[in-house]
Amino acid sequence: MDQLLLEYLPILIFLGLAIGLSAVMIGASFVVGPNRPDVEKNSPYECGFEPFDDARMKFDVRFYLVAILFIIFDLEVAFLFPWAITLGDIGVFGFWSMVVFLAILTVGFVYEWRKGALEWE
Amino acid sequence: MNLTADLMIASPELFVAIAAMFLLIFGVFQGNQSTRLVSWLGVGVMFIAAILVLAGPVGRVVAFNDLFVVDGFANFAKILLLLGAALTLILAVPFNAREGIPQFEYPVLILFAVLGMMMMVSANDLISLYLGIELQSLSLYVLAAIRRDAVRSTEAGLKYFVLGALSSGILLYGMTLVYGFAGSTGFDDLAAVFAESAGDGAPIGVIVGLVFIIAGLAFKVSAVPFHMWTPDVYEGAPTPITAFFAVAPKIAAMALFVRVMLEPFGDLFDQWQQVIWFISLASMILGSFAAINQTNIKRLMAYSSISNMGFVLVGLAAGNETGVQGVLLYLTIYLFMNVGTFACILAMRRQGRMVEDIDQLAGLSRTNPKMALALAIFMFSMAGIPPLAGFFGKLYVFLAAIEAELYTLAVIGLLTSVVGAFYYLRIVKLMYFDDPLDAFDQPVGREISTIVFGTSVVTALFAIIILVFPLLDSAANAAATLFAV
Repeated sequence: MDQLLLEYLPILIFLGLAIGLSAVMIGASFVVGPNRPDVEKNSPYECGFEPFDDARMKFDVRFYLVAILFIIFDLEVAFLFPWAITLGDIGVFGFWSMVVFLAILTVGFVYEWRKGALEWE
Repeated sequence: MNLTADLMIASPELFVAIAAMFLLIFGVFQGNQSTRLVSWLGVGVMFIAAILVLAGPVGRVVAFNDLFVVDGFANFAKILLLLGAALTLILAVPFNAREGIPQFEYPVLILFAVLGMMMMVSANDLISLYLGIELQSLSLYVLAAIRRDAVRSTEAGLKYFVLGALSSGILLYGMTLVYGFAGSTGFDDLAAVFAESAGDGAPIGVIVGLVFIIAGLAFKVSAVPFHMWTPDVYEGAPTPITAFFAVAPKIAAMALFVRVMLEPFGDLFDQWQQVIWFISLASMILGSFAAINQTNIKRLMAYSSISNMGFVLVGLAAGNETGVQGVLLYLTIYLFMNVGTFACILAMRRQGRMVEDIDQLAGLSRTNPKMALALAIFMFSMAGIPPLAGFFGKLYVFLAAIEAELYTLAVIGLLTSVVGAFYYLRIVKLMYFDDPLDAFDQPVGREISTIVFGTSVVTALFAIIILVFPLLDSAANAAATLFAV
């Protein structure tokens, strides 16, 4: 049991280091950083919207659609990198596994294309 | 590693996956006028998948580095959920055409949900379990909200999504704890670890993780206290979707629940039995009492399914072979009763509009005697009156509870079943003794009347069916495979 907990010691050290380091950085910028606020700087900023406004405003849902489509292909690339690096070790089986994965992704891509999800107008 | 053998073992799942993607592409090129064709093709796909399951290997085999298991138990559950999904998809065909759900994605999403469920019942690792659950859940969230312009339907979808995501989080948290303290996610490895340490008790972290996993799975089978989403989702979703929700995902989640408890955590029986005991009892009690005041028949069926899940969990709480046999039998019977009842609900239309109030059934015996008779059979069966099917389901789970000396659970369970009989029989009373209202629209359609006829015959003549067909034996054999390891 203690042996098991000991294996998690690096995580504890990492947590301590992370907390300490971030505390130092925030504290340092608080102490030595220049501080000249104005109205624009003090107002919170979020994605180009007025931060405090009526939530019932018109907003084009296509932004979300594009964002979601982007995430899918973004993750695909994140999956391709380790595959490309280890291709020598995983051989033909690994290669074809990725081809199958890409084929499934292409099915989704054809679907969204035909559905007109990629057309802005 | 023999890839061909692995692929052969998973052939039903592979077939469903490839067919669903093919239908997706077919549908998107043909447009929404192909919905009817895609739906019937989807039914055909599930039929072929069922044949592939039956033609699959006999006995327990594992594939893909022990991530995937096929045994008698998994096959039994797969046949049940394929049957449930196919029947509810057939029910949906006329409904969707009539009520303006034109999307061809509907049958495709059902196929993906079914694929997830097949993965769930064949999972032999916490990770493949999670993959199956997510594939199933994501399809179900979309299906609940498929009627995008109806407030109720979108609300149902959103509620289901938010609470489903929460339960998945709880489940994952439990899995990480179990992995952290036991050192593996594979069911076989976990079973070996716990068998070794059975003498000195499992580490506390595993117990905490186990409780979280139970909480996550209890949400999926809508057991109390994780039931709150059920009535709202059942009421808001389009009726054929509600029928699907009430049958296939429940069967898959319950089969998964049983496997997870008995295979990897079988040696921690003393630890989880009390938890299952409680959620079973609470589901039976809440399901029975909360249903009394309902006026909407879909909400009533939601509470009915909560109490039914309580009865199924009695079999799991017993934790023996009779119990698992009871679980499988109960799920089989539950499938026929629920599909039949929902087919009747789909026939409740007046002047082209769906009606969902229970009061609207008044005097049905005079306006539509055949439908009233079928609905009466289902209600009597759910109330557990012999010799109808529901009686045998309850008989076997409570026999298992008695065998496991869970007397309190059995007695309280039987009492709640009496409470439940009140609201089931109230519907029969409404249909046979109250003044008739205007007749429902006729004809109800070939699909609905065929399914109502078939399921009511199975429900009414179940005593003969178990004598003719070896259903009891096959359930017993399926149950035995879980204990053979």
